Amino acid sequence: MGAPADALKKALIAGLVTLGLCFPIVALRTDANFSNQLVLTPRWGLTFTLAAIAAVGVFLISLLRPAGFERATPKRALDTAPPHPFFRYLPRIGLVLLLAYPFLALAISASGGPGLLKLVDTYGIQILIYVLLGLGLNIILGLAGLLDLGFVAFYAVGAYSSALLTTTFGLSFWIVLPLAGILAAFWGVMISLPVLRLKGDYIAIVTLAFAEIVRLVLVNWVPVTGGYAGISSIPKPTLLGLSLGPEPGSLTSLLGIPFSPFYRLAFMYYLVLALALAAYWATLRLRTLPVGRAWEAMREDEIACRSLGINTVATKVSAFAAGAFFGGIAGAFFSAHYGFISPKSFEFLESAMIVAIVVLGGLGSMIGVVIAATVMVGGTELLRELGVLKAVFGPDFDPAQYRMLLFGLAMVMLMVWRPKGLIATREPTVRLKPQPTRGAPAVSAGE
Amino acid sequence: MRWLSDPLLAVDHLSMRFGGLVAINALSFTVGRGDITALIGPNGAGKTTVFNCITGFYKPTSGRIALAQGGTLERGAIEALTRSGKKRTQGVNPELFLLERMADHAIASEARVARTFQNIRLFPGMTVLENLIVAQHKTLMAASDYSLGGLLGLAKYRAAERKAIDLAKAWLEVVGLVARADDPAGDLPYGAQRRLEIARAMCTNPVLLCLDEPAAGLNNRESAELTQLLRGIRAQTGVSILLIEHDMSVVMDISDHVVVIEYGVKIADGTADEVKSDPKVIAAYLGVDDEEVAVAEAGSVAP
Ligand SMILES: Nc1ncnc2c1ncn2[C@@H]1O[C@H](COP(=O)(O)OP(=O)(O)OP(=O)(O)O)[C@@H](O)[C@H]1O
Ligand SMILES: [Mg+2]
Repeated sequence: MGAPADALKKALIAGLVTLGLCFPIVALRTDANFSNQLVLTPRWGLTFTLAAIAAVGVFLISLLRPAGFERATPKRALDTAPPHPFFRYLPRIGLVLLLAYPFLALAISASGGPGLLKLVDTYGIQILIYVLLGLGLNIILGLAGLLDLGFVAFYAVGAYSSALLTTTFGLSFWIVLPLAGILAAFWGVMISLPVLRLKGDYIAIVTLAFAEIVRLVLVNWVPVTGGYAGISSIPKPTLLGLSLGPEPGSLTSLLGIPFSPFYRLAFMYYLVLALALAAYWATLRLRTLPVGRAWEAMREDEIACRSLGINTVATKVSAFAAGAFFGGIAGAFFSAHYGFISPKSFEFLESAMIVAIVVLGGLGSMIGVVIAATVMVGGTELLRELGVLKAVFGPDFDPAQYRMLLFGLAMVMLMVWRPKGLIATREPTVRLKPQPTRGAPAVSAGE
Repeated sequence: MRWLSDPLLAVDHLSMRFGGLVAINALSFTVGRGDITALIGPNGAGKTTVFNCITGFYKPTSGRIALAQGGTLERGAIEALTRSGKKRTQGVNPELFLLERMADHAIASEARVARTFQNIRLFPGMTVLENLIVAQHKTLMAASDYSLGGLLGLAKYRAAERKAIDLAKAWLEVVGLVARADDPAGDLPYGAQRRLEIARAMCTNPVLLCLDEPAAGLNNRESAELTQLLRGIRAQTGVSILLIEHDMSVVMDISDHVVVIEYGVKIADGTADEVKSDPKVIAAYLGVDDEEVAVAEAGSVAP
């Protein structure tokens, strides 16, 4: 803990610096009036608010972490400590909440909260799609350590192939779902081939270019993909061959219950939840298999891997294929759920978002992916609505416009606070001794 | 003289050029089955380059590296394999391999040559035990039916994994690291990391173990322990050991056979006693380090 006086001094300086910086760019605002003359609108309230935020922020940060940024690097010893009990029970608590969520949402919206669609779709289904995508990239980037900046390409391949297969050949969603995964995995293998000889940054560039090529194909191959217009009226998934819509012959009419959009929404929610859980389970399994261990070993030291007889070419290809498979599945779900896709959904920003989810969550940590996806996707949506910010920044302030800025700020702060991501502890895939529990006397073996 | 009567590895006119620099020049030597062979020479002599050629990390500019598994390496058989254009023989005894034609991972998994590195290369973020399990990749991969059976949780894979853990545990006992099995390998002290790297190489079940300066950075007591460890490993498994070492007390203490190179050329080859009295070797070391010459002249040195 730093001395409060010291922190106060720093806070004062930060406040003054902010004031100085804001004076020309915030405080003096020029607007053109009706006769096209520039008028000066002073905005002192906003300027002082910003300065106060900076001062308070610096005060709090220097109180908590007096020695500056270098202390942010966690010591290795910390990484070996058993995780806090909260994190061990988190999966179970989370699972129960996830299963109950649509009904919680029903109760919340019934009691005057936000709309059901918003709650289940935006905060439920959309987050889970990103969890699925994050789990896919987690294999490539988190486990195998291959910086793939074009993960969205696999998402796009999955979405377009499933959309095209269902709309042109009338195939059912359930057949198309695994096909989309396999096709994306095929493209994962394709992209991994040129990447095999490359290292670090070069992989990033090649994958980035690949994603851009995929997007350009989607935009320009109009007869097949529809170009910017995209593909619409993609059929919705059915439950045991029965639709969940309002038309006659649907499941609700057969059961004789009145139609409600809630059923379909809940169905889609549970569907994507099942997919995300399956991906989670598969990754958990893969980590304890030789391929999974080889992925992690390759991330740690590729040359050592080869000296132990591990074929790193096959290992990289398998990582891309497995990660791309999850991406393709996510794409197929996305196209079926929204019923409409266009190249706009597969731009670089999406890749960046997925990379951010994996990195913020902590490379290789699956719980980290889940938390980061919730925070990032849910957070941006929440920021859109925060009317509270209007009170601070004045009535003209539109939080939706500034959400990316606020969000970036939050991310920078998070990375400074936890440079290894939210979950920096790595759970070993195998143990010789049962895991020590927290609070038990530490058995240190010398050294 | 097993390197003459019963060789396991034959390096034949090996040359390696890096642009204009000739790192190894027409180097030939053999390694005896069950021997501890030392490859020594001044800094920059090309020792690590020889290792990199043997283990496939460098493709030699020219030359041949032949290895026999399960019997003596016969000249005639090597010639026949070389002419056939193949990388290895299939289903004969002894099994022959031409390492210069094989990929690095195949040399480790098929020809069963394991190595350590001059600058330790562990998987620092993975635990000590995981490091040893990763080394058994080939066996486990086959047991998991290339991941499909493993993904379904078949009993066969679980049994194979238990066996792998037992083998890892046995090696941890040999190198005295059982207590640290579940700690990240990067947290171990330097000497323990060196021992772990040797244990990891042994987990691949090699016929030839190549150690690049295993005693570098160790104190006298640790060096003496290392010699004991290497002798124990050879006695237990019968593995042949090829090591690069600057510490003459270690070299003279454990080597059955010493090969000396300078500027990529062999200048001496024989038993430790023969080599240390060789005037060319003394001259080579004179220009490098007086202390090491004194050691070479004085013969064995108390650790
Ligand atoms: N990849 C490479 N590219 C260019 N030159 C290299 C390469 N590897 C080794 N060399 C050169 O080959 C020569 C032999 O190097 P090598 O590392 O084999 O020596 P060494 O005997 O292992 O030395 P030390 O005792 O210092 O480890 C050196 O001159 C080195 O600079
Ligand atoms: Mg060297």
